[in-house]
Amino acid sequence: MNTADQYLKAIYLIQRAENGPAATGALADSLDVSPASANEMIGKLQDRELVDHEKYKGVSLTDEGIVRAREALQTYCIIERFLANVLEVEEFRAEAKELEAVIDETVAERLDTIIDREPQCPDCFDPEADVCALIDLEIEELAD
Amino acid sequence: MSVGTTVTSDQQLVRLLQIGVVLEEVVEARAAHHYRSLSDEEREQLDERIVDLLDHAAEESAEHRERLEGLIDALDAESVAFEEVETLVRGHYGQTKPEDFDGILYDQLHGEETAYKFYDDLITAIEESDAQFSVDRDRLLSVLRDIREEEKEGAQEVADIMEERE
Repeated sequence: MNTADQYLKAIYLIQRAENGPAATGALADSLDVSPASANEMIGKLQDRELVDHEKYKGVSLTDEGIVRAREALQTYCIIERFLANVLEVEEFRAEAKELEAVIDETVAERLDTIIDREPQCPDCFDPEADVCALIDLEIEELAD
Repeated sequence: MSVGTTVTSDQQLVRLLQIGVVLEEVVEARAAHHYRSLSDEEREQLDERIVDLLDHAAEESAEHRERLEGLIDALDAESVAFEEVETLVRGHYGQTKPEDFDGILYDQLHGEETAYKFYDDLITAIEESDAQFSVDRDRLLSVLRDIREEEKEGAQEVADIMEERE
C-alpha cells in the first residue's frame, strides 16, 4: 500500500469517528508524521482530487477518495486477518502497521483467497480496537 | 502507523519471507486443485501445454519455497507448513474456483504476476534499507532477484498461451 493510500485510509477512519472533516493535527498524530508532512501530502491528494481541504476545518475525502480509502482499509483488514489467523502472530496489529507499506493490494487479494472475511468488510472495522469487529481471534488473550 | 516502505528489522524481513512462502504455496496448491477439479473429459480436451504449465507452476513454486525457507532458516525463524496452507486453499477453493480453462489460465497468470510484484517491492524495500540483517544481504538479494526473474518468465509463459487461445 503506498503512502497516499495510507493517508486516505487514515482520513477515512478519522472522518468516520468524528462524523466530519479530519483535522490535520489528528491526521498527523494518527500517522505519526509531522503536521508539515501531513500538509504536504494533503496538497498532493487535493491535486489528484481525492480530498477537499478547507482551512480551519480539515480535510474530507471526495467520492473517489472514499472508494480508494475503503480499498486501502480492506487491504489492511486482509493483512491483519492473515497475520492473526494464518501466521498466528500475537502482535498482529503492530506488525500489520509495519507491513502495510510493503504489501500491495494485489498481494493482499491473493492472501484473501485463504482467509475468512465478512461480506460487509471494511464496514466492520473497529478503529478503536484497530481490528475487524467480527474477527475470530483464537489468539486474542495472548494479543491483549 | 509508520509511513515508509523499507524493511527495518530481521523480524519484519522474516514475516515478509513467510508471506512469500505462502504466496508460493497458494500457487502450488491452486495449480494442483485446478487440475484435479477437471473431469476426465475436460482433461482430454485440455491443451497439453496447459497441463505442462500447471505441472511446471507447482514444481517451480515448490522450488522457490525451498529457497525462501533457506533464508528464513538462516534468520533463525520458522517457515509456514505447506500442509497448513494447502488445507486453507482446499477449504476456500469452492468460492474462489475459476469457471473454465481460461479462468484457470487467468488464475495462474494472476499468481505469477502477484508474486513478481511482491518480490519486486520486497527487493526495493531491502535495497532502500540501511538495516543490518542476520542473513548476508548479497545472498538475500540474489535469491530474491532470481525468483523475481523466474516469476516474470512464468507470467510471460502463461500470457503467451492465453494469447494463442484467443
